[in-house]
Amino acid sequence: MSDEEMMEGGVQKKFCYINRKAPYGTIYALESLEVVLIGAAFEQDVSLIFMDDGVFQITKGQDTAGIGMKNFSPTYRALEMYDVEKLYVSEESLAERGLTADDLLVDVEVLNAEQIRDLMEQQDVILSF
Amino acid sequence: MLHTVNKSPYEKNTFESCIKHAAKGSAVLLIEDGVYAVLKGSAAAAKVQQAMGDITFYALEPDVNARGLKGKVMDGINLVDYAGFVDLTVKFDRVQSWL
Amino acid sequence: MKFTIQVNEGPYTHQASDTAYNFVKAALEAGHEIYRVFFYHDGVNNATRLTTPPQDDRNVVNRWSELAAKHNLDLVVCVAAAQRRGIADADEAKRNGKDADNIAPGFRISGLGQLIEGGIQSDRLVVFGD
Repeated sequence: MSDEEMMEGGVQKKFCYINRKAPYGTIYALESLEVVLIGAAFEQDVSLIFMDDGVFQITKGQDTAGIGMKNFSPTYRALEMYDVEKLYVSEESLAERGLTADDLLVDVEVLNAEQIRDLMEQQDVILSF
Repeated sequence: MLHTVNKSPYEKNTFESCIKHAAKGSAVLLIEDGVYAVLKGSAAAAKVQQAMGDITFYALEPDVNARGLKGKVMDGINLVDYAGFVDLTVKFDRVQSWL
Repeated sequence: MKFTIQVNEGPYTHQASDTAYNFVKAALEAGHEIYRVFFYHDGVNNATRLTTPPQDDRNVVNRWSELAAKHNLDLVVCVAAAQRRGIADADEAKRNGKDADNIAPGFRISGLGQLIEGGIQSDRLVVFGD
């Protein structure tokens, strides 16, 4: 194993979080974000993919005042401070929903299906939510 | 890579999203309500058939039988039990559970 | 081979916990090591000993406890998810001023780091959920 692969306290793996569910209707998006935040402390190589309804997690303009739930969308903007910087979004999922990258509240890299396929194949651990 | 799908193709887009993103040479294991995709003569079975060249399909036999699909599974589907499920996760480097 | 298993759904509503249990049993029978089973989201409801299914049904919670005892499994319940859903061990109950705990034998409550660590230490992470 190369030095690059060795981190303090052990191995560095490629962790990929796949987010396919919309926020608020179910808790998966929120609790997935909690895993990402805690996981950041482990200094792994982390990627987040937003696809299917998961793209709705990071759209601008969320206002939860009327449903009495916490709006956790600003937290995605804080991911950078946790060194979680590889955010990818499915081009097709955006297009299907009439969205573009301008509708999103974080900087992302937009990938087509083939690129997402390749990205997933490079991972060591995939956490699906 | 091994993909698992546990949703009926008629309920969610999980199955479709999976086959769209499964690389050539990968395997898809249908479990729980995912097994409805391999019902012979169904709309989803046609999609499975189309993807079969690049992807190997498996279905969890206990789930197939529980849902009354025994003998109604389309040709070309490999039936496995839980031990076979475990073997597949060993054979492929990683598992992506499409939920 | 070393596995970590993530269970995202509670018992009875969704099949996920049953599938995970059958998978873990088959993996153990094949001689593999289960490094950890991590219960998240509603999966934490697999850990309440107050579960009382009808007698002719399987007892999902007891089944996990028995498998843990037999194979010395590490069944970990996420603390944040557990607090939200009212799953507590004696320490947690005391800390949060509750009048009772309800965790079943063989389960322990710990942080999300245990899931990440499981992913790092294991050869495979397999997720069961909805």
